[in-house]
Amino acid sequence: MISVQQLLLRQGDFELSQVSFEIPRNAYAILMGATGSGKTTLLESICGLRAIEEGKILMDGHEITRTPPAQRQIGYVPQDSSLFPTMKVRRQIAFGMEVRGFSQTERNRRVEELASSLDITGILDRYPRGLSGGERQRVALARALSFRPGLLCLDEPLSALDCDTRNNLIKLLKNIQQSESVTVLHITHNVEEGTQLGTVHFRLEDGQVRAVVCENSGDKK
Amino acid sequence: MDFIAQLYSWCFSKLMSEIKPKSIRQVRSQWDGLFWMTMSVFGVFYLALIIAMLVADFRFTNWSDMTNLLSDVRVRFSIWLSLISCTIAAILSLWVAIPTGFLLARLGSESMAQRLGHRSLGCRRLFNWSRYFIDTLLDIPIVLPPLVVGISLLVLFQTPVGRWLDQLTGGLFASLGYAGIRGITYEIPAVILAQFTVAAAFAIRTMRNTFEQIDDRPERVAITLGASHYQAFSMVALPQAWRGVVAAFTLAWARSLGEFGPILIFAGTARMKTEVLSTTVYLNFQFGNLRGAVSASLILVTLAILVLVLTRLITLGGSSKKEVIV
Repeated sequence: MISVQQLLLRQGDFELSQVSFEIPRNAYAILMGATGSGKTTLLESICGLRAIEEGKILMDGHEITRTPPAQRQIGYVPQDSSLFPTMKVRRQIAFGMEVRGFSQTERNRRVEELASSLDITGILDRYPRGLSGGERQRVALARALSFRPGLLCLDEPLSALDCDTRNNLIKLLKNIQQSESVTVLHITHNVEEGTQLGTVHFRLEDGQVRAVVCENSGDKK
Repeated sequence: MDFIAQLYSWCFSKLMSEIKPKSIRQVRSQWDGLFWMTMSVFGVFYLALIIAMLVADFRFTNWSDMTNLLSDVRVRFSIWLSLISCTIAAILSLWVAIPTGFLLARLGSESMAQRLGHRSLGCRRLFNWSRYFIDTLLDIPIVLPPLVVGISLLVLFQTPVGRWLDQLTGGLFASLGYAGIRGITYEIPAVILAQFTVAAAFAIRTMRNTFEQIDDRPERVAITLGASHYQAFSMVALPQAWRGVVAAFTLAWARSLGEFGPILIFAGTARMKTEVLSTTVYLNFQFGNLRGAVSASLILVTLAILVLVLTRLITLGGSSKKEVIV
């Protein structure tokens, strides 16, 4: 379970204060909010990429507020996918395992497994340059999942994709979340996307996170 | 009043019918042409100056002057010393420029705000001031007159620490079997140090600009994947910066090749000892051998052009950030 308690974040004049919410284990949490409401800032703070002024972040009961990002066991997929330009897709996916000291056999097996689930086997030996938006997001997803993180943070991963690619990726995200048994925190401002994917819904408004009831998914909090 | 209003309306409609969209486009197109022509004139003027200088050099000398110069063993020594010292100075410059450029580019105010947060405002201010101060210090070798750099190096090696370093270097070379090199000042190490002092400043600037143009988000993602800061730098940032590394090396090399003032003061112009190509030009000119000076200049020009063309060929393919062809 991910528990964010009384978080205070500041970026220039912008402030998020008293942010608290909980995501149950293996839930698919959707965080919605208007552009500029601080969704990405909050996500980056959870990943450890931004300093937190006050408050706590707990992951399965352990406090990770001051834990370095490398030790948080959180997979992060930024909005622009941020693939490593000089690495082939295969090495890109294996990167997280390579720096964590996984064996070559283990790395190869996991890369093949993820490539097969995400349907990117055909592009494993290509560089990111020239990949389509959908392919880039799938590679970024595979890269973030490679080391089996406890939480997967997705920052508007489908925002720049066309309708068909988006629908395919929605199905893929659903399947991969279930097959990998990973807790997901997905940021979006697309209601339809949130409704189709989320099991828990939050809304970021006026610097506060509020749990919302989504009629389609029927969840309540 | 009605008459005036009608007259105004008539004049306005007449004027508007005269100014048709087509004629506006034509006028704009003429102005655009004039604008591009004016802009080009300034560039062409400078280009013509460079070409004219090179042509004048080539016309002034001939092949026999060049062979005469190259047959001189002292000139051949200066060419070899130039090539070796410039390469060592450029490697040393890169060694300093890559980490310094990366630090200056990545430890900007925005990234420090993300790392340190809002509470440590005082710490961030102090850090920013230190960064500006260091940045300014690093530019000093670029803006200082070359002779001042040479004098400063000479004075530095007159201090107790400098003398100790001088003796240490002499001892080191003696133990390696190069007893001819008795220290730093007025020896070959002085040539390299003088070249390095100025060239490194240019290399640092190039590397800082290179890293500033590379998006730091992939490095941050690498850290969330479990990479250390060193791994994020060496596996993600540095491979993207290879064009900048080549450019910084070339710039440092070319800058070292043309260095004269600091070498003159700090290393002297001893023939077959600390004479490099730029000092060959100076010595020939001093002794009234203008043809020799121009021929030596042409060797410098040829080497510089070769290096620049080679760099352009290596780094061909655009310098757009995020797009690196491997």
